[in-house]
Amino acid sequence: MRANKIIGIIYSNIYDYALSELTTLRAMSSVPFCSRYRFVDFPLSNFVNCGISKVGIITKSNYQSLMDHVGTGKAWDLSRKREGLYILPPFSESQSTENRGRMEGLAGIKNFLANSKEEYVLFSDCNVICNYDLKKLINFHAKKNSDITIIYKHGIVPNLHNIMLFDHDDDGKINKITIAEKNHGVGDFSTNIILMRKSLLERLLNEAISLNLKSFTLDIIQANLDKLNMYTLECDGFFETVDSLQSYFNISMKLLEPENMKILFNKERPIYTKDRDDMPAIYGLGSNVHNSLIADGCVIDGTVENSIVFRGARIAKGAHIKNCIIMQDSYISENVKLDCVIADKNVVVKPNNVLAGAMTYPVFIGKGITI
Amino acid sequence: MARKKECIAMLLAGGQGSRLGILTKNIAKPAVPYGGKYRIIDFPLSNCVNSGIDTVGVLTQYQPLELNEYIGNGEPWDLDRSNGGVHILSPYQQIEGSQWYKGTANAIYQNINFIDRYDPEYVVVLSGDHIYKMDYNKMLQFHKEKNAACTIAMLEVPWEEASRFGLMFVDDDGKITDFEEKPKNPKSNKASMGVYMFTWKILRKYLLEDEAREDSSNDFGKDVIPAMHSAKERLFAFAFDGYWKDVGTIDSLWESNLDLLNPKVDLDLNDNNWKIYSRNLASPPHYISPDASVQNSLVAEGCVIEGNVEFSILFADVTIEKGAKVEYSIVMPGTTIKAGATVQYSILAENSLIEENAYIGEKPENMDNLDDWGVAVVGANINVKENAKVLPKEQVAEDKEVK
Repeated sequence: MRANKIIGIIYSNIYDYALSELTTLRAMSSVPFCSRYRFVDFPLSNFVNCGISKVGIITKSNYQSLMDHVGTGKAWDLSRKREGLYILPPFSESQSTENRGRMEGLAGIKNFLANSKEEYVLFSDCNVICNYDLKKLINFHAKKNSDITIIYKHGIVPNLHNIMLFDHDDDGKINKITIAEKNHGVGDFSTNIILMRKSLLERLLNEAISLNLKSFTLDIIQANLDKLNMYTLECDGFFETVDSLQSYFNISMKLLEPENMKILFNKERPIYTKDRDDMPAIYGLGSNVHNSLIADGCVIDGTVENSIVFRGARIAKGAHIKNCIIMQDSYISENVKLDCVIADKNVVVKPNNVLAGAMTYPVFIGKGITI
Repeated sequence: MARKKECIAMLLAGGQGSRLGILTKNIAKPAVPYGGKYRIIDFPLSNCVNSGIDTVGVLTQYQPLELNEYIGNGEPWDLDRSNGGVHILSPYQQIEGSQWYKGTANAIYQNINFIDRYDPEYVVVLSGDHIYKMDYNKMLQFHKEKNAACTIAMLEVPWEEASRFGLMFVDDDGKITDFEEKPKNPKSNKASMGVYMFTWKILRKYLLEDEAREDSSNDFGKDVIPAMHSAKERLFAFAFDGYWKDVGTIDSLWESNLDLLNPKVDLDLNDNNWKIYSRNLASPPHYISPDASVQNSLVAEGCVIEGNVEFSILFADVTIEKGAKVEYSIVMPGTTIKAGATVQYSILAENSLIEENAYIGEKPENMDNLDDWGVAVVGANINVKENAKVLPKEQVAEDKEVK
């Protein structure tokens, strides 16, 4: 199977509620991450790096920032005459409605799928942070002669709606699918990276729609386990699912381990993002930075410890930030002290303010707020 | 058929830049890295788009491979246009035979057809070896107001440096009355910045005449401008007062990079109204380890820093290991400095490798004889082995071991 026979489909809004702080003004797909990225950069780059040249992004709401970010798809080499990037908003086809879940999202792009000449469909969500070689999944799918192949992770199951748990053989054959309850603990859970033949998807989708079934996970995947050959493949490398602000904070902090950075930002498979043409970061005389990730465009005159600082953020003289995530163009003034704070874009913290959360409960400052 | 343009730019990027030594061994001078993420040519190209000039011919000749690849379709500068945009103009074969660009004026002469396609009123001629931010549109307005044949951008330089420049004598109206080329005892400090705005139909005539003269060196400064001057054409000087630096030598390239760390220097690259665009690598944010110390420096994305860095410019994907020390140096993309190495007052070109405890360059205050002091340079892809020493002023063009 060649990757150019696959369409990549990204859900941009699934699980927005889980990260409500960061998604009130944007879709899950455009949540800023790791100094210079947005969540959507990861599935997009993973698709492109394995050779996929046609990608559709199903959007529901709040997608202005997403459209601004991906533009024509140039940064991912997806600005093309043949194939390339497609934004698929609700009401994009005559029969479509505002989609609420995966099924309605798919129902709304039936014509897009029908008009695509690719033979396979590969799904991905936006809240999964990984740099995964999808060729492994593609080869595995072909070797096992599988109908549906899903990547799983062994670990603590995320607290999200309709997460599938797999009971599987050593060779990956799925015997049983259950839906995780809240605080399930450890298990082999679905990352919702799913590969299947397009014709199969279209058939199952039409059946489900004609029976007025609503759930992709329950009615298309789980309900058909007996009839179809389903396999699951374990993920490897850095592979994290964001299911809350706390997990966003924890996963960000994990990247302060150089080993994790090396795996996630693998030189063989770069993660691409939109360019901002900022100048390199400027460190002033007396700046004091330790164990931190800093992007272009930052101006650092203060002290920064165990923190992640985004493009264009400024840390003034005498300011001390520790265990913080400071997003694009935020300004931390003189003698401010912040500990365990997540500051969204364009936040201004005026001089001498002190704010502290805890590692298990970071304080969040919303986009554009002045303190 | 190309649509008519009021003003197009011709960028002279063919020079070898021999005074940059091994830095231009395999690349043309305009492709030399500058300022942590740029190349020199980003400045004139960004100035063009920021000034509203969307048609740029780039004249290349010497080692054009990397420069051509870098410019590509011009997309990073918004110069990928269907009408206009950036065009690489290399010397080509004609029915009378082929010919290299003999001089700056000849390079433009050989591309008269390219310019005529856009039927411009004005042509601005730029060079690819200066660092400055300038609004060419203001210069064009001045040129039109004065009804000039040629307007030359002019900068007042310190008197002690004036002898290094082409100088101009200017009357109260801005009209150029005379020239003086690198005189020993300068009587003017108004230097030419190498930015020329011409009325195209006048320049076209002088280019044809200049080409016909056998004794001409086909150079703007030496032949075409003096010819226009003696024919009493209207030549004006347009005063510029921002930061401008010719980075044609190792010392000036090094100095100009470090100027970015000086808050008194008027060159703000963070200005959203006048961005300098460049082609970027997809590198992650840079990482500063718990043991590292970074002071008064510029650090680009993709760097991993565990050592000590002061007064330096680090380009993308530079690695500085624990205990390594980098001071007053320019470290170009992809270079690795291993544990315990010392790099001072140096330029390390792309993808070089400085192994453990190597010692490169020296502080001027540690020299017995200051005449021996200068910036040390390590060439691209060069490996300086463990414990090896590179002296000030030295240029390392081959892998270096301990002697």
